[in-house]
Amino acid sequence: MDEVVLRKSYDVEAGDFESAGDASAGIKATLKRLGVPTGIVRRVAIAAYESEINLIIHSMGGSLTLTVDGESVCLVSDDRGPGIASIEKALQAGWSTAPDSVRSLGFGAGMGLPNMKKNADEFQIDSTVNVGTHIVMRFHLS
Amino acid sequence: MKVSDIASYLDATIIVGKDQGDFEVSSAFGSDLMSDVLAFIKDNSLLLTGLVSPHVVRTCEMLDVMVIVFVRGKRPSEEIVELAQERDMIVMTTNLTLYEASGVLYQHGLGGTSDNG
Ligand SMILES: Nc1ncnc2c1ncn2[C@@H]1O[C@H](COP(=O)(O)OP(=O)(O)OP(=O)(O)O)[C@@H](O)[C@H]1O
Ligand SMILES: [Mg+2]
Repeated sequence: MDEVVLRKSYDVEAGDFESAGDASAGIKATLKRLGVPTGIVRRVAIAAYESEINLIIHSMGGSLTLTVDGESVCLVSDDRGPGIASIEKALQAGWSTAPDSVRSLGFGAGMGLPNMKKNADEFQIDSTVNVGTHIVMRFHLS
Repeated sequence: MKVSDIASYLDATIIVGKDQGDFEVSSAFGSDLMSDVLAFIKDNSLLLTGLVSPHVVRTCEMLDVMVIVFVRGKRPSEEIVELAQERDMIVMTTNLTLYEASGVLYQHGLGGTSDNG
């Protein structure tokens, strides 16, 4: 294992649309400061923002954790439920359970998880109904 | 394409970034859905949208999109203006619809963000 350069965790509250983007902006600024190449920063920022919005809309609250080592940037999304019944469906572009209130804000098109998967080099999702969802995204630095 | 040219083609009013007319973008994307913006837009693009909410600015911030054009005569709120100013973005508003504004820019040579756009 490569030495960890940085580890930072951000709490994300359920329903807190007001501050949506704060955690992702923090993650983006941190990576820029560390001198991570801009193309990678952008991909991590997109994945972080999609994760953050999902935590706000769909979860009962959770966290985003950024870890950087010499080889990769790792982003982990963790929440306290409600979990996803069918991961297969959730990963399909266009599949969404977002309510109309969320749609009127411009979200809820069912594009988030596929977009996270597309931007990350490695993507892993585990979910247990009534327990929570755990997503690990890794971005290779070289 | 230069921001000053874009504003003149669209007969748009620049609300934030009046002094940044020389800023250039290389493609554009139009949508009211931020989910799609996140999935399709490229960097150094311009966003045309009829959705007026602070999340438009937050979404653009994540994507390094520096120019936002509000269509259908939508005026951004004071909160949106402040968020955009803090991020050195350029914001303008045009009375054209999304379809019309996109057509005008496309006709003047500003391409889209898909592989064959
Ligand atoms: N953290 C989560 N907890 C519970 N359910 C989730 C979580 N993340 C996603 N989901 C479920 O998976 C579906 C698909 O998620 P995805 O991010 O792809 O789309 P969306 O959030 O509905 O819309 P968009 O991301 O385009 O705004 C959601 O509608 C929701 O049902
Ligand atoms: Mg989503």
